[in-house]
Amino acid sequence: MSDEYDNNKSYQAQSSEVMDGSAGSINPDIDYVRPAEVGEQDLYHGHSFIEKWIFCQDAKVIGVQYFLTAVFTGIVGLILSWLMRLQLGFPGLAGFMTAEHYYQFVTMHGMIMVVYFLTALFLGGFGNYLIPLMVGARDMVFPYVNMLSFWMFFVAVAVLMASFFVPGGPTGAGWTLYPPQTILEGTPGSGMGILLMLISLSLFVIGFTMGGLNYMITILQARTRGMTLMRMPLTVWGIFTATVLAMLAFPALLVSAIMMTLDKVLQTSFFMPTILKAGEVLEYGGGSPILFQHLFWFFGHPEVYIVALPAFGIVSDLISVHARKNIFGYRMMVWAIVGIGGLSFFVWAHHMYVSGMNPWFGFFFATTTLIIAVPTAMKVYNWILTLWRGNIRINTVMLWCLGFIVTFVNGGITGIFLGNVSVDVPLSDTYFVIAHFHMVMGIAPLMVIMGAVYHWFPLVAGKMLHEGLGKWHFWITFLGAYSIYFPMHYLGFIGVPRRYFEMYDSPYMTSAVGMNEFISIAAFIVGAAQFILVFNIIKTLKTGKKAEKNPWKANSLEWYTSTVPPEHGNFGERLPVVHRWPYDFSVPGAKDDFIPQTTAPSEVIHTEVEKT
Amino acid sequence: MHAGIIFLLVIIGSVLFHIFTPWYWTDIASNWKGMDDTITLTFWVGGGVFVAVCLFMIYCVFKYQHKEDRRAEYKPEDKKLEKILTWATTLGVCALLAPGLIIWNQYVNVPKNAIEVDVMAWQWGWQYRLPGADGKLGTTQVRNIADNNPFGINPDDPFGKDDIMVESDVINLENNRPVKILLRSVDVLHNWYVPQFRAKMDAVPGTVTFYWFEPNKVGEYEVLCAEYCGVGHYAMRGGVEVQDKADYEVWLSEQETFEQLSARYEKLNVDGNKLAKK
Repeated sequence: MSDEYDNNKSYQAQSSEVMDGSAGSINPDIDYVRPAEVGEQDLYHGHSFIEKWIFCQDAKVIGVQYFLTAVFTGIVGLILSWLMRLQLGFPGLAGFMTAEHYYQFVTMHGMIMVVYFLTALFLGGFGNYLIPLMVGARDMVFPYVNMLSFWMFFVAVAVLMASFFVPGGPTGAGWTLYPPQTILEGTPGSGMGILLMLISLSLFVIGFTMGGLNYMITILQARTRGMTLMRMPLTVWGIFTATVLAMLAFPALLVSAIMMTLDKVLQTSFFMPTILKAGEVLEYGGGSPILFQHLFWFFGHPEVYIVALPAFGIVSDLISVHARKNIFGYRMMVWAIVGIGGLSFFVWAHHMYVSGMNPWFGFFFATTTLIIAVPTAMKVYNWILTLWRGNIRINTVMLWCLGFIVTFVNGGITGIFLGNVSVDVPLSDTYFVIAHFHMVMGIAPLMVIMGAVYHWFPLVAGKMLHEGLGKWHFWITFLGAYSIYFPMHYLGFIGVPRRYFEMYDSPYMTSAVGMNEFISIAAFIVGAAQFILVFNIIKTLKTGKKAEKNPWKANSLEWYTSTVPPEHGNFGERLPVVHRWPYDFSVPGAKDDFIPQTTAPSEVIHTEVEKT
Repeated sequence: MHAGIIFLLVIIGSVLFHIFTPWYWTDIASNWKGMDDTITLTFWVGGGVFVAVCLFMIYCVFKYQHKEDRRAEYKPEDKKLEKILTWATTLGVCALLAPGLIIWNQYVNVPKNAIEVDVMAWQWGWQYRLPGADGKLGTTQVRNIADNNPFGINPDDPFGKDDIMVESDVINLENNRPVKILLRSVDVLHNWYVPQFRAKMDAVPGTVTFYWFEPNKVGEYEVLCAEYCGVGHYAMRGGVEVQDKADYEVWLSEQETFEQLSARYEKLNVDGNKLAKK
């Protein structure tokens, strides 16, 4: 009986958080939080420089390592995009630019930006840094495996970059690597280049699996006392769901990479039908090129959400903190993230409406694709409803968030065009597609990354980035990127196909010469503007204003570490205990306009807080 | 304040660009006007949502700028509002999906009177074959392909003998008659695409894919490859000439059948052998 009584009491305590000033005497049990069920994790602290900064087991250092390596690949991807735009805007200006080079740049730009930049940055970078801090853990649950994860990623990047220097150069098969052309002569880099690409992708998946296990299990098993799932910041929800997607989707990429490697090296025919090349019938037969496309997009579509969901989560937190208002409809936001994640496994063939698969698939995949628009739209409504009646700081972080909303809604709407099967027919494989996916999964997540950098830099480095430079960085990037991709949709309407090295003199294409020049110039400027951030970071590290603790007055645990920047172990002697969700901003009756997650109900007794 | 104004200008600029853009569809020359109409519908609904969401956001930026002495509203949830928004969105999505699926249904069901055109793609060019008097194309095999048999027609197949071989990268089509495009490739993926016809489909080696349309405007059109197929992709062009029935018949009568082509090659061979013997 006594056990039952205890349980009952604790239940009552947790449910009585809607406090009323007139409640009279204080019940000491309102602060009750279930005790920890397992002891604390032992941490291995590095002793030498190498153990502290290179082969380091601290998730925060690993996060920064992931971040910097991903940014390096991102800069390579950026330079490649400049070279492409140079050719498209001003054909023939760069003497070295052959069609082979152009296609190699296109391919490497795409693969780098999607996999090695965005995925690694969101999950490896932000995931590693923020998960343990936000759920109140001292570190990831498997720190050693976590370290291996980064170094595996590092080797994958090295192998990828090495492909620039092998005979024949990197693969120019397009980032989708569609067989048969990927491994046949006639495609640049069909020798060593494609092999290194496939090896690098395989290494990436292996490394990512090590990291992904850490993110999932840390979130499920290592949350601090009181941090229920429904009290987690949406950043953690986004990263968690994205990681689950990645663990299910990346194997499809891995097997397709292995099968294609076998087709290339051992002349198996997983994806290779009978092929006639230069009058000779090759030693292939019976394979299916469309099988590869199914495997690729079974990975590739969830991959879009692997990038988007962490961005959704992070931007929700940034908007809430800087609008000084709780995120509107938190529960809906969580279920939307989980729902989008689940649905993302049932939409892959909307990339393949005109691939030659059975056309009856079109009905199914158009329907599932448009269903996904509903939870996505709900998220958008909730972001703008969070701004509604808020107390909005229009600082650099908020500007990036607003830029995200504009670009994401724009890109989301064009997604409805492409998802709607028969509308996709005229638009697929045109510049409309390029404009759509750059807007929705290039620029929009990039806006979130930038906002997150300005938001969390004071935590990571203990110094405030310069606001003025930040605003210049934002406006040039936002206006520039928008003027690149908004008009580009119309290139698609007139029917210009993608992956064209030259347009020649088709009448409807020559009408777009001026637009192509304009887009290229905008691309050069936007790319260059990113170095404002690099300059800002270097300048801030040298001479920047020291950040006060919790400069944004946020509630989530990462701002309540024992030191800033947080040291190994994060929280000093005692782990924090969580009493509420992280969105108690502007609570009526509270002294400040924010109540940290660690604040016990008895400390804010006269407030009208929602039960969480 | 500035921020709100700039965002507002971006939205106004987007709408104006859409209204005044000189870059828009090529004049449609096929029966797929329904695709254009669905795009227009999606523009109205989607564009409306885009503008509404952005204007609401900009309004909030103007109205609820940070003031030290003000507090935001504390209202974690509004079940009723969320429900209304969910259903409204679902309704909008259904309104867009329905015409999309209806047109797709037309797209995948080829009319019975469609004439078949066999399009063969390779790196990097196009070839065409039409059924002969029997109205049926002969079966083919990649391994049969040779100089005297560019399509790899099975020599034993009686349906193949009268197939019409078009030795050009330009194909002529009869105006106002549905065409079923059969796509084949001997090496990699390609896609036979004429922007004015709106329709497209990949050619996949190892299988035959199809789509259909009905040209309805006499004229010459450029064929583009719309699926990346290696370094020559951008240069892989062809042509279509849509003609009235009378002109088309004349053109058709000038083409060689498979039988004639084989005979011509045989003669070449015989002549060649004679030369060699002399």
